[in-house]
Amino acid sequence: MSGKTLQDMPPGLQGLVHDWASDKDAFKEVPWGKAMMWIFLLSDTFIFSCFLTGYMTVRMSTSEPWPNASEVFALTIAGESIPLILIAIMTFILISSSGTMAMAVNFGYRRRRRPTAALMLATALLGATFVGMQAFEWSKLIEDGVRPWSNPMGAAQFGACFFMITGFHGLHVSIGVLYLGIVALKVLRGDYEQRGNYQNVEIAGLYWHFVDLVWVFIFAFFYLW
Amino acid sequence: MDQAHGQQHPIRVYLLIWALLFVLSALSYMVDYLQFQGLMRWGLIITFMLMKAGLIVAVFMHMAWERLAIIYAILLPPGCLLVLIGLMAAEADYTLLSRLYFFSQ
Repeated sequence: MSGKTLQDMPPGLQGLVHDWASDKDAFKEVPWGKAMMWIFLLSDTFIFSCFLTGYMTVRMSTSEPWPNASEVFALTIAGESIPLILIAIMTFILISSSGTMAMAVNFGYRRRRRPTAALMLATALLGATFVGMQAFEWSKLIEDGVRPWSNPMGAAQFGACFFMITGFHGLHVSIGVLYLGIVALKVLRGDYEQRGNYQNVEIAGLYWHFVDLVWVFIFAFFYLW
Repeated sequence: MDQAHGQQHPIRVYLLIWALLFVLSALSYMVDYLQFQGLMRWGLIITFMLMKAGLIVAVFMHMAWERLAIIYAILLPPGCLLVLIGLMAAEADYTLLSRLYFFSQ
């Protein structure tokens, strides 16, 4: 990096031109790992968007009625059928995990080793709970006869979209649980303490918040629409 | 490392956003629970979705405190997706019309 500090550089639009026109690095004060994580997340945005756009296309073009998500994902609790309740709980769990992750990043920058690791492990645990509930949801739907090529409720494309989109998202959550576990162990071991740099916790956090972000869109477009 | 380096912000900010995300999620669930339909339903779902996404990206992912160089590099390219969505919506409409036309014969 150049000897200039952030205070010497112009802000706003002028800063945009300055940063992109400067030698070596365009992203000032952004560590390389973080910039690369952002670029990975950008590419992942396109993958998920392709799935969601594909879902939109088949849903708009089918002449069969689309199954009503509100009924398909209803659960009977204490004799009463509550629409979408499992998905709502999953949403709250994922948001909670995002909250604990944000706190972990905060404690990391305060150099508080134990709370950082504990909050990250709590995040991973909430993520694992989410995946567990998703497995339950999948088995329930498979039991009801939903397949990627057909289902008893309506348009055949429903199953393909459901398994593809939620499956890919669930895979991201599962990988995130492992990723967070590994970084949490490194925090506990004192790796970042020695380096005096907790940036890797923030980078892991970016990935985790992105997984939550994707769920926001899946929840809106697939479950509520 | 000095203060300016890391993304360090008061915990209060995170707790506030966390609470807001809970409220917004509850509201979008209520849209389904109360069975709003039509324009009202789409409008509310999209509004709550964008608000949640905005809060997560701006605060939890710290975009609000980054410089414009990285903000534009990451947040502008997904704009291309609007073109894809537009194209595919037109294509889907055409497919549906042909299906209705030929399947009814």
